[in-house]
Amino acid sequence: MRAVLMRDLALAVRAGGGFGLALAFFLMVAVLVPLGVGPEGATLGRIAPGILWVGALLACLLSLDRIFALDWEDGSLDLLATAPIPMEAVVAMKSLAHWMVTGLPLVLLAPVLGVLLSLPPAGQPWLVLALAVGTPALSVIGTFGAALTVGIRRGGLLLSLIVLPLYVPTLVFGAEAVARGAAGQANATPLLLLAGITAGAAGLLPFATAAAIRVNLR
Amino acid sequence: MSLWEYANPTKFMQTSGAVLPWVSWLAAAVLAAALVWGFFLTPDDFRQGATVKIVFIHVPAAMMAINAWIMMLVTSLVWLVRRHHVSALAAKAAAPVGVTMTLVALVTGAVWGQPMWGTWWAWDPRLTSFLILFLFYLGYIALWEAVEDPDTAADLTSVLCLVGSVFAVLSRYAVNFWNQGLHQGASLSVAPGERMNEAFRHPLYLAMAGFVLLFLALVLARTRTEIRARRLKALIARERMG
Repeated sequence: MRAVLMRDLALAVRAGGGFGLALAFFLMVAVLVPLGVGPEGATLGRIAPGILWVGALLACLLSLDRIFALDWEDGSLDLLATAPIPMEAVVAMKSLAHWMVTGLPLVLLAPVLGVLLSLPPAGQPWLVLALAVGTPALSVIGTFGAALTVGIRRGGLLLSLIVLPLYVPTLVFGAEAVARGAAGQANATPLLLLAGITAGAAGLLPFATAAAIRVNLR
Repeated sequence: MSLWEYANPTKFMQTSGAVLPWVSWLAAAVLAAALVWGFFLTPDDFRQGATVKIVFIHVPAAMMAINAWIMMLVTSLVWLVRRHHVSALAAKAAAPVGVTMTLVALVTGAVWGQPMWGTWWAWDPRLTSFLILFLFYLGYIALWEAVEDPDTAADLTSVLCLVGSVFAVLSRYAVNFWNQGLHQGASLSVAPGERMNEAFRHPLYLAMAGFVLLFLALVLARTRTEIRARRLKALIARERMG
């Protein structure tokens, strides 16, 4: 399992792996939105939690089709399927690797972008916490979508059509937690619900993902 | 005699062929009766005027939009557990009907909302969760269309349907949490204070029965089409081999 994780991390970080692409995209969103909406700090501060969450969602989506597509093409997915570890563990490790190369950098970059979007200082720690708690769910759900569409040529658009509705609860609770935190209200409820989604998705979805991969390899 | 006999496509085709004309005509008759009753023989509401009569399409369509998804969930489970092709094809056949019902509910809701709330659309929890349900349907149908091998497609869409159901329910509660609504509560509550007047309630029940029959007729017809298309494909493949 460690080998699968290290391999995925190495592939992502080396040349052509697309590491940092999601990060650059996230930055782009945060730069483009003020240009479109206008520079007033009050407006920006109010929509900042939502923009940052939607940006994280889209940035995550961008790299999803890489999770399985390359392994599918060169046949290493078949090798992984015959390896002496369960498929569930393989896909869980792939989700983890995806989170480490896209989700984690987003969490670390988020405070900077929060400043750019004039998020109130009170919201900053909540932004980092909510993203840290919520982005693993994005990777896990995305891995499921990627597993469904792995056998389809040009499945990228289909992947987003399938995955984005599944992201709705994560987005709602995540953005709500940050917005309430920024406004100085109690936000334990959305944060706990967000954590619940992450825990539930990480615990159960790998089974569905592995089932989809097995079907596609049949 | 058990339900599983209909897992045999021949048996299913025989029975559904015999039943389909009856169901179709019954659906047409019940719907016509319910809509005529609802549109022309009920009084205008004292606050909403004649617009209240949209209820006779809006509520049954919304009900069937959700029921169609539940039916897809059950047939998907049957396919995953017992591998009956008819079941998978019924799920495939129900999806476009369900998405149409969702669209009808959304559009009639917008037409109703304009005079009553002064807006075509509001980000109300019920409205939003229906829009999300619409997106789930689109993803499901798109996946069916995209995968070439029929068994693989049936497997993948079934898994998506199961996972999607969980997330659809989650989304429902998430949007409830996110915004308070304009939409009224349950239309068919049995609590005495919230209950609709009989003059509206009875034609509404009839309209709901009509929509159930309509759904049944459409799904049966579409499932029969899918089975025939599958047989045709098999015949063509055999011709090519021979």
